[in-house]
Amino acid sequence: MNKIQSHSRGEYNVYSTFQSHEPEFDYLKSLEIEEKINKIRWLPQKNAAQFLLSTNDKTIKLWKISERDKRPEGYNLKEEDGRYRDPTTVTTLRVPVFRPMDLMVEASPRRIFANAHTYHINSISINSDYETYLSADDLRINLWHLEITDRSFNIVDIKPANMEELTEVITAAEFHPNSCNTFVYSSSKGTIRLCDMRASALCDRHSKLFEEPEDPSNRSFFSEIISSISDVKFSHSGRYMMTRDYLSVKIWDLNMENRPVETYQVHEYLRSKLCSLYENDCIFDKFECCWNGSDSVVMTGSYNNFFRMFDRNTKRDITLEASRENNKPRTVLKPRKVCASGKRKKDEISVDSLDFNKKILHTAWHPKENIIAVATTNNLYIFQDKVN
Amino acid sequence: MPTPVTQNPARTILEEMEDKVTSPEKAEEAKLKARYPHLGQKPGGSDFLRKRLQKGQKYFDSGDYNMAKAKMKNKQLPTAAPDKTEVTGDHIPTPQDLPQRKPSLVTSKLAG
Repeated sequence: MNKIQSHSRGEYNVYSTFQSHEPEFDYLKSLEIEEKINKIRWLPQKNAAQFLLSTNDKTIKLWKISERDKRPEGYNLKEEDGRYRDPTTVTTLRVPVFRPMDLMVEASPRRIFANAHTYHINSISINSDYETYLSADDLRINLWHLEITDRSFNIVDIKPANMEELTEVITAAEFHPNSCNTFVYSSSKGTIRLCDMRASALCDRHSKLFEEPEDPSNRSFFSEIISSISDVKFSHSGRYMMTRDYLSVKIWDLNMENRPVETYQVHEYLRSKLCSLYENDCIFDKFECCWNGSDSVVMTGSYNNFFRMFDRNTKRDITLEASRENNKPRTVLKPRKVCASGKRKKDEISVDSLDFNKKILHTAWHPKENIIAVATTNNLYIFQDKVN
Repeated sequence: MPTPVTQNPARTILEEMEDKVTSPEKAEEAKLKARYPHLGQKPGGSDFLRKRLQKGQKYFDSGDYNMAKAKMKNKQLPTAAPDKTEVTGDHIPTPQDLPQRKPSLVTSKLAG
């Protein structure tokens, strides 16, 4: 952390709240479509307003978020509250002026991209061309133009002719940060496919297949489930990509398909708890992961409101906790430690006392600063690097 | 450097041999199979995946939903004033003018 940049950072407050999606009903299939948002992606800023894409299981929406901090005052024919004045009472003319007002943030829906997904949408990703984006569900990936809502192109379709032959589903997809023709998608079997849209209209055949070979003698009932990739993220540089499976985070060099270049264990102590985690469905939890701005540190969440950071250069890692009871505001977070087995040291937490209902699935790192956002079940925490 | 995870206390050779045979993952698998003997062999099979595709789908009955919506609408209609004077002769009565009908002594089975 650069000590020269010792500007004080302000606190974050709620900027705007709006309802993005409403619950809907698919009458034809007698299904309720939840309003729950699965993914949000910001568009690069082009003007004063901010734009974002948000999606639930079936529909993607483009929202415009704009600020208003001044309003015109001094109309000739209208009172300040909007009522029209009696024209006969107007004796002088004045030029209306803009005066500052309390900040008002407005969110308005600009585009609605609907009816293109049979299965649940799990990912959206904006292309570096800033014109198109992709949306992925369990079996298909579609390409959209941000301006066109009545049409989308199917670019990946892994649905087998006979559903009995289904062996894997798409779990996440992302466009390359610099090459507008390249995207990747991950699967429930732990593979990542890189596709080039220049090769063909339908990218069913991958250009690269990233898969770590597995020792067949280690295979168990849980192997495939825990290898399912829950998130894939390109580094800012575009040279690497990171994947999150149930127990680890892996960094892949795009130039090397046969194994990751780095592997970080998030909570290896859960390997001896897989039976219970399967029974309570926690083994299917989908954790996300993220890079810091310089691609030197990666972060992901865990249980008990713990989250983990791995420094790729120093190879050091740290476990921190997002909870109000254990951390006073403006104090440095204390590193946590889980005791896997044997005698528990003071301040360590044993695996059996972890709260598996307190899961941190979503984390985000500021693109330039050492500021992170960590989401627990009911709260959002914002942490900043200590500034001297 | 991160502190290493607490090491296991001194182990017997037998324990170490058992470890080579049963990894923690395989031990967990054995536990699961003991609890659910009918569990399928392939967790990645199509049945499993198809269940996953359907996970979270909530079925609803459009008939029930519309009936409930209609009931809400009825509750919001203004109720007629309870004490209306008897209206006869002078003008054609409107529904609002009529006094409330006295409830039947026997409730109809059809009443909702």
